[in-house]
Amino acid sequence: MSNRSRLRLIVMRVLVVSVLATLLGRLWFLQVYAGETYTQAAMDNRVRSVVEPARRGQIYDSSGVPLVVNRNAMVVSVNKSLLRQEKDRGKAVLARLSAVVNLPVDEIIRLTTGCGARLPDGTLAKSPNCWNGSPYQPVPVKAYTAEDPAQMKVVLAIEEHREDFPGVTAELQPVRDYPDKTLAAHLLGYLGPISDAERKQPQYANALNTAKVGRSGVEETYDAALRGIDGKQQLVVDKDGNVTSQQSAVPPKAGDALVLSLDKGVQKLAEDALQRWIMNARGTYDRVSGKNYLAPSGSVVVMEAQTGRIAAMASYPSYDPSIFSKPITQKTYDALVDQKNGAPLYSNATQGTFPPGSTFKLVSTVAAAAAGNSLNGSFSCPPSLMLGNQKFGNFEGEAFGTIDMRTTLVKSCDTVYYKLAYNEWQRDGGLSTKGPAREIFPATAREFGFGTPTGVDLPSDSAGSIVSRASKIANYKRYKDDYCAGAKNPTYDAYRRAIDAENCVDGALYKGGEAALFAIGQGDVNSTPLQLASAYAALANGGTLYAPRVAKALLSADGTKVTPIPPAVKSKLSTPPGVLDYIRSALQGVTLPGGTAQAAYAGFPHNIVPVAGKTGTADIQGKQPVSWFASFAPANAPRYVVVAMVTQGGTGGTTAAPITREIYDGMYGLEGKAALLKNGELPSALPVVRPDGTLGPPGTKTGRPAPTVVMPASPSPVPSPSGQGSSASGPLPAAEPARRTSVQPRT
Amino acid sequence: MTDWGTPRNAPLSLRRRDASLRERALDRESPLRRLDWVLMLAVLALIGIGSLLVWSATRQRMINAGLDPQSFFKKHLINAVIGLALASVASLVDYRSLRAYAPIVYGASCLGLIAVLSPLGSTINGAHSWIVLPAGFQIQPAEYAKVAIVVGMAMILAEKRDAEDTPRDVDVLVVLGLVAIPMGLIMLQPDLGSVMVMVFIVLGVLAVSGAPKRWVGGLILAGVLAAGVVAPHVLQDYQVKRFTSFANPKADPSGAGYNTQQARIAIGSGGALGKGLFQGTQTNGRFIPEQQTDFVFTVAGEELGFVGGGAIILLLGTVLWRGLRIATLATDSFGRLVAAGVVSWFAFQSFVNVGMTLGIMPVTGLPLPFLSYGGSAMFANLMAIGLLQNVHMRSREL
Repeated sequence: MSNRSRLRLIVMRVLVVSVLATLLGRLWFLQVYAGETYTQAAMDNRVRSVVEPARRGQIYDSSGVPLVVNRNAMVVSVNKSLLRQEKDRGKAVLARLSAVVNLPVDEIIRLTTGCGARLPDGTLAKSPNCWNGSPYQPVPVKAYTAEDPAQMKVVLAIEEHREDFPGVTAELQPVRDYPDKTLAAHLLGYLGPISDAERKQPQYANALNTAKVGRSGVEETYDAALRGIDGKQQLVVDKDGNVTSQQSAVPPKAGDALVLSLDKGVQKLAEDALQRWIMNARGTYDRVSGKNYLAPSGSVVVMEAQTGRIAAMASYPSYDPSIFSKPITQKTYDALVDQKNGAPLYSNATQGTFPPGSTFKLVSTVAAAAAGNSLNGSFSCPPSLMLGNQKFGNFEGEAFGTIDMRTTLVKSCDTVYYKLAYNEWQRDGGLSTKGPAREIFPATAREFGFGTPTGVDLPSDSAGSIVSRASKIANYKRYKDDYCAGAKNPTYDAYRRAIDAENCVDGALYKGGEAALFAIGQGDVNSTPLQLASAYAALANGGTLYAPRVAKALLSADGTKVTPIPPAVKSKLSTPPGVLDYIRSALQGVTLPGGTAQAAYAGFPHNIVPVAGKTGTADIQGKQPVSWFASFAPANAPRYVVVAMVTQGGTGGTTAAPITREIYDGMYGLEGKAALLKNGELPSALPVVRPDGTLGPPGTKTGRPAPTVVMPASPSPVPSPSGQGSSASGPLPAAEPARRTSVQPRT
Repeated sequence: MTDWGTPRNAPLSLRRRDASLRERALDRESPLRRLDWVLMLAVLALIGIGSLLVWSATRQRMINAGLDPQSFFKKHLINAVIGLALASVASLVDYRSLRAYAPIVYGASCLGLIAVLSPLGSTINGAHSWIVLPAGFQIQPAEYAKVAIVVGMAMILAEKRDAEDTPRDVDVLVVLGLVAIPMGLIMLQPDLGSVMVMVFIVLGVLAVSGAPKRWVGGLILAGVLAAGVVAPHVLQDYQVKRFTSFANPKADPSGAGYNTQQARIAIGSGGALGKGLFQGTQTNGRFIPEQQTDFVFTVAGEELGFVGGGAIILLLGTVLWRGLRIATLATDSFGRLVAAGVVSWFAFQSFVNVGMTLGIMPVTGLPLPFLSYGGSAMFANLMAIGLLQNVHMRSREL
């Protein structure tokens, strides 16, 4: 063998060794060094998750009558990512779909555009008229109920011509149904697709990107419990997607049934009474404005005085939440938030803030007593009072001479309260505050829950507003520039310019006139009907302020577990019981001859159910007065607080008080009405889950052992329901409370 | 009568006609004693492991199809047995007559390759490389052509004049002309992988033959130029894609990069010790196409882990090492060149095949010797082993 051959064989050996070393090194890198990455990749490769959605819990009233149920609907959806793969990016498909579902192409594009993304015309898509869910999910564009005759036609058109509709599906999906349409809509809420941002929040930790979550009402507050836990199967598949084995399977856990303290009968009664008297007001001539009362909106709250539970909560106008079970059109949504229609989407009970007028004298009376005035003393009730250089008058210039506190309340004499509040303002140093002011009136208002959210288990819960020296300064800092600009704004009327000019100079000062108006629930005092009901419940039950509760219990779908939602005590009043006793007793006179609500309660069987209450007629500049009546009954042993409110509805005695009378009649079965409540009580026992999963009235036999009672982990006095101040709630109808200024009150 | 006498190192059967079968078998000069047993055992171990891997790779698919899950396993073993018989023939046939057979083997392979291109040929997996026979047999003539050019080249280059230690230019040109015919025919199929194997066989044989550097260097340069300039114009689209996708398999996981991506996942997820034979999830899920043939190493990687995969690489290394040892110890040029050709063949094919499953070489469609399922390849590989043994049995240091 030549040397050359020998050398080349040696070179071959070297090559072979290095080639083998290369392979071994690479093998080590893949398997040992980077093995874990590939183990994960192998998992992703062959494990598919299949989701079995959990059935959402239904919602029932306190007797087990369903208020929100599940129903299947035929939903037509568009998968945008599939559509985009078309040559014309789906234009032809959308045109065909538009003809089938009878929706303009623009509307379909708008519905399927992600919220915040740009529409073809360059504008931004705004919630909720855009797709709020994950961009990879099919977007529903139209839904048909089972009864809809168009349903079959649409399904056939789409499913029989799959090739014409790539990316379009028509399938049955569970949707929420509201058997009573608009009944209690604001309290129940509706569902909407979850957004990607929400999925990162802890309360939505186990929600899928296809999930629909509560967007309002108890649907939102109790979303996690109602939603249940979706089932998940981890399937091992081969490369063709054939299932070869099941790695794990978690069955779906159906959502809990939610039982409300609401009574459907009382709710209906309240809504009907509210609507009837709103219609009545609209037919009543208002001498002051020279036209009929507009009465665009109103609210009623029926609360259990001893627990803070809500028996009924009405807001007029209402809407049918089932419109959110389908894709909603822009026109429909615009109508829901239009102030001209009374903004049906907003709850006047929890979001609407209005000056409470004379119903606020509850707070003022307690404050006056706390300031050292004897309730047994006598008070002068002149037709008007000069405070500083300003004249403050009674409603229609009434005068009752020297009267006791009881008569002051019954007749609702404003001048007595002006004087009491003005005295206190002077004691605090008047305009030149030296040292810490006592500010008993604002402090008492705060104690009764005004100026802070009630803590109700609903996502929208307005704080309202009260005025104090501190709030004046804070507001001045915030709005000074607006005030000064407003003083020169030619579009404002002379009155508003004058007010702004004054505020521009000394808006930070807490003036005597403001203190006086505060005492009669005017000026910049604003309250929701629910806040007022909580305050009156505290009066009625002897000093416990409750965070109102709409929900009573969660029942597991199989009926084995009960999670009660206990009443939530927010705080205890520091008011001496004697003062509350006095006021309760005095307010009985309001519905009796001589009281401000005597006309509304004329002929009422006071001997059976004595009703105590306080009227309120609150002025808002440029509008007709807000009509209020805050009441409780039976007056001697209060069980219910009923608050009624109608905006631009006239005096408290003419519009709001008759609503409460109708409600008491119906609840107790008075004046020829059938009693909705047995012994005047709401059921204390919970409905039971029947073996078929539906709910039966309390006491239904199930053949099962009694369910386990699970106490909530930490019963905080004011729980923070999920999604407090949700963005979906939108702006409040009552804007800029701090800027509102009242004229001469009328109550 | 002149008694030429029987050579001392002739087999016992020639020296003593009355020797028993057992005596013959155990005789120092018997073929069994003169076999390279290390090489033999390494090959048998690779065949054994290969049959299990082929079994595992095809088991689930056969079960799904309702067929005998062991059918590929059995066929692989049958192929091996036939191949071993062919190897015995190749190892026992007289050296000198082998040279006489070389033109026949060469001519037969060229005819086979022409037959492939005729209507007799069949296309499987994009390559027109097979002749399908009745009863489910398929012949891939390119595999036999590898044996043919190894023997053919060795024959021509070993025919040297006494004064010459190295081949003359004219010998090299004759060799190149000889291999150009089968390579050209294979290129027409097209079976790029086999052509590349042949280029490496030519390189290895020429290098060891002592051909001038200019030929060796020139061939390497020509190969690189051909790959860079000509290939993109001549190659089919799918071939270019396969070549480029290995660099970035994630670019198109469902297209050309799919194989390499899935192969890497299977091997990487095997870890150090593997998931156990028949336990590979990627294998059972049939995520890797062609797994029992070109991608059989992924089964080893996934189910037997680094330990099993490494063992296979070391066994292949043993085969190559013994081959080079046989080349070094060969008593004549022919034997040395045959051994060098076989080593070049196996070395290139092993490196490209395992390298492709590991994502460091392009996907070329070359089987892994002894492990990949396939009759023609198994027969050709074992015939080549038989040739190595033949050379070994006649080397001087025994």
